[in-house]
Amino acid sequence: MSDAQTQIPVTVLTGYLGAGKTTLLNRILSENHGKRYAVIVNEFGEIGIDNDLIVESDEEIYEMNNGCVCCTVRGDLIRVVEGLMKRPGRFDAIVVETTGLADPVPVAQTFFMDDDVRTKTKLDAVVALVDAKHLPLRLKDSKEAEDQIAFADVVVLNKTDLVTPEELEKVEATIRAINPAAKIHRTQRSGVALEEVLDRGAFDLSRALENDPHFLDAHDYDHDHHDHDHHDHDGHDHHHHHDHASDIHDVTVKSVSLRGGEMDPKKFFPWIEKVTQMEGPNILRLKGIIALKGDEDRYVLQGVHMILEGDHQRAWKDDEKHESRLVFIGRDLDAERLRKSFEACQA
Amino acid sequence: MPTVAPLDLEGHCVAAVFLNDVPHFALADGAVHRLDNGQKTVQANDGLLAAFHDAANDRLITGGEDGKVFAVKAGGEVSELASAGKKWITSVAGGPQGAVAYASGKTAFVRFGDGKIKEFAHPRSVEGLAFSPKGMRFGVARYNGATLHFPAAEGKPVELEWAGAHTGLTFSPDGAFLVTTMQENALHGWKLADGKHMRMSGYPGKVKSLSWSVKGKWLASSGAPAAIVWPFASKDGPMGKAPLELGTRGNTMVTCVACHPSQDVVAIGYEDGMVIAARFADAKEVLLRRPGKGAITAMMWDKEEGRIVFGSAAGDCGVIDITA
Repeated sequence: MSDAQTQIPVTVLTGYLGAGKTTLLNRILSENHGKRYAVIVNEFGEIGIDNDLIVESDEEIYEMNNGCVCCTVRGDLIRVVEGLMKRPGRFDAIVVETTGLADPVPVAQTFFMDDDVRTKTKLDAVVALVDAKHLPLRLKDSKEAEDQIAFADVVVLNKTDLVTPEELEKVEATIRAINPAAKIHRTQRSGVALEEVLDRGAFDLSRALENDPHFLDAHDYDHDHHDHDHHDHDGHDHHHHHDHASDIHDVTVKSVSLRGGEMDPKKFFPWIEKVTQMEGPNILRLKGIIALKGDEDRYVLQGVHMILEGDHQRAWKDDEKHESRLVFIGRDLDAERLRKSFEACQA
Repeated sequence: MPTVAPLDLEGHCVAAVFLNDVPHFALADGAVHRLDNGQKTVQANDGLLAAFHDAANDRLITGGEDGKVFAVKAGGEVSELASAGKKWITSVAGGPQGAVAYASGKTAFVRFGDGKIKEFAHPRSVEGLAFSPKGMRFGVARYNGATLHFPAAEGKPVELEWAGAHTGLTFSPDGAFLVTTMQENALHGWKLADGKHMRMSGYPGKVKSLSWSVKGKWLASSGAPAAIVWPFASKDGPMGKAPLELGTRGNTMVTCVACHPSQDVVAIGYEDGMVIAARFADAKEVLLRRPGKGAITAMMWDKEEGRIVFGSAAGDCGVIDITA
């Protein structure tokens, strides 16, 4: 068993070349926030700060020898994290910067699949930097740009000063269409408050829920002011976004948001396991809060491809509706089949 | 009864060795402590990641976060052998005629006894290094197999393929077998004469410590609640044979193994800091050290076969005297 007390949080920073990763890293390394960061970069490049804790590492993707094509890890990260953790007193957290074209999945999976890494560290959040001006072009010419957004917990929509308000609306709607669950911050010169990207606990579902009570309430992300009466309009808002976004790019990643009542655990668990086994390669992220029949606690779960983690979070409050919500973000997902089979698990 | 002379140090012990019969402890912060009429300390790397006991030259070779390779000799002499730039040195090994190999990213380097350095570029990261006991030859553990180089000669390296990530390697003392540790919980072996594969799996954890018994008859390994000891005495190695399981415990894992220099006995270090010795013939066990603060990370027997130096992940190191 790992000890949560001593696990070092790890933030993964993704984003295309020129999106502002280096600017953000320099801020993390130089600003007075009272924490010390070890930073793993692909190339020292333009980080103008001399720091013993900047480690250069060649991205090295290893397929696990278990016949599963999506079971990939970053071999270099295993080695570097193991090395860093031999002297753990030097830093409070780790930031991993990926190259512009990097697939974020192996990075994230490393923190679930390698026992040594998992014992000593925990994935805190995946942060994607997006260049507001160039995103439409990036989405046209690469799958990775879309993957990075789809996989992110936090999207820093940067360089907003280089686009018109209308363009910005469109870009944000596109991001929202790809990933309805991420938090989006509009910034210039990577000027996001560091507490919005660091120490988020996004993979710690209990904490993610505390930080963000509207987690998984897709429509609440439209930054207008809903209150809870509007829940019924959820589907509507969704369509609105897709329409809005569709003229600037073809969305190959989509999200499927499911909502239901109390679930029969005897049906739900076999179902979710089967879905992640069968659809694992197509699922980038999944997050859910599940009401289980006869269970006083909320059950939270999350997944990356075929990796699935779940736990009891806290008791349902008296005034809370016992409702199950589940979001899949991925490719080639059969929304209708997922919906029907999910609903069939209801108690 | 064995007695333990403890040495409490700060930090993760990467290597614990005897140099000129003096116990030396190399820690992750690069300090090398020795018990030589009191505790003395010298500084090697700024951040020590890898160490190799070069028995032929009675020295410890270290590599680290500072991109440098040092040699530490008994008496506290530290000399810089090489510097490979900003990247970490993640693996080091000593070979014949004073040659040293070290790895930085995708490149393996060999520094010959005369100081000349030769580079060997690879398409993937160099994970582990080891010299063959025979001839000027060294192996590189890498993704999907191992590569054998002949650094003193020109010519193509020998590629040994096996799917998966190979993280470390060792040659049998007679040079007949090459065994790698893997990212998955398994060892892989090749019989070098004909390239035959040996798959040694079933470990519940990653194998991080390997030790050949006298004359290479057995290979002891960590990664399970017992020391897993594979028979290598026959010409086909352990193929079709079951390993010995020595020192089985229910609640902890073996993290370090060190075979006795002349007898079929292995010292076994556990995650909770306990150390025992177990005999191959009858699996008889002797407790050498009670559990401590951290997992045993390094052990070595002295030439007189009476003492074992050990180090742990928490810095509670020491010397076990079994003659007392």
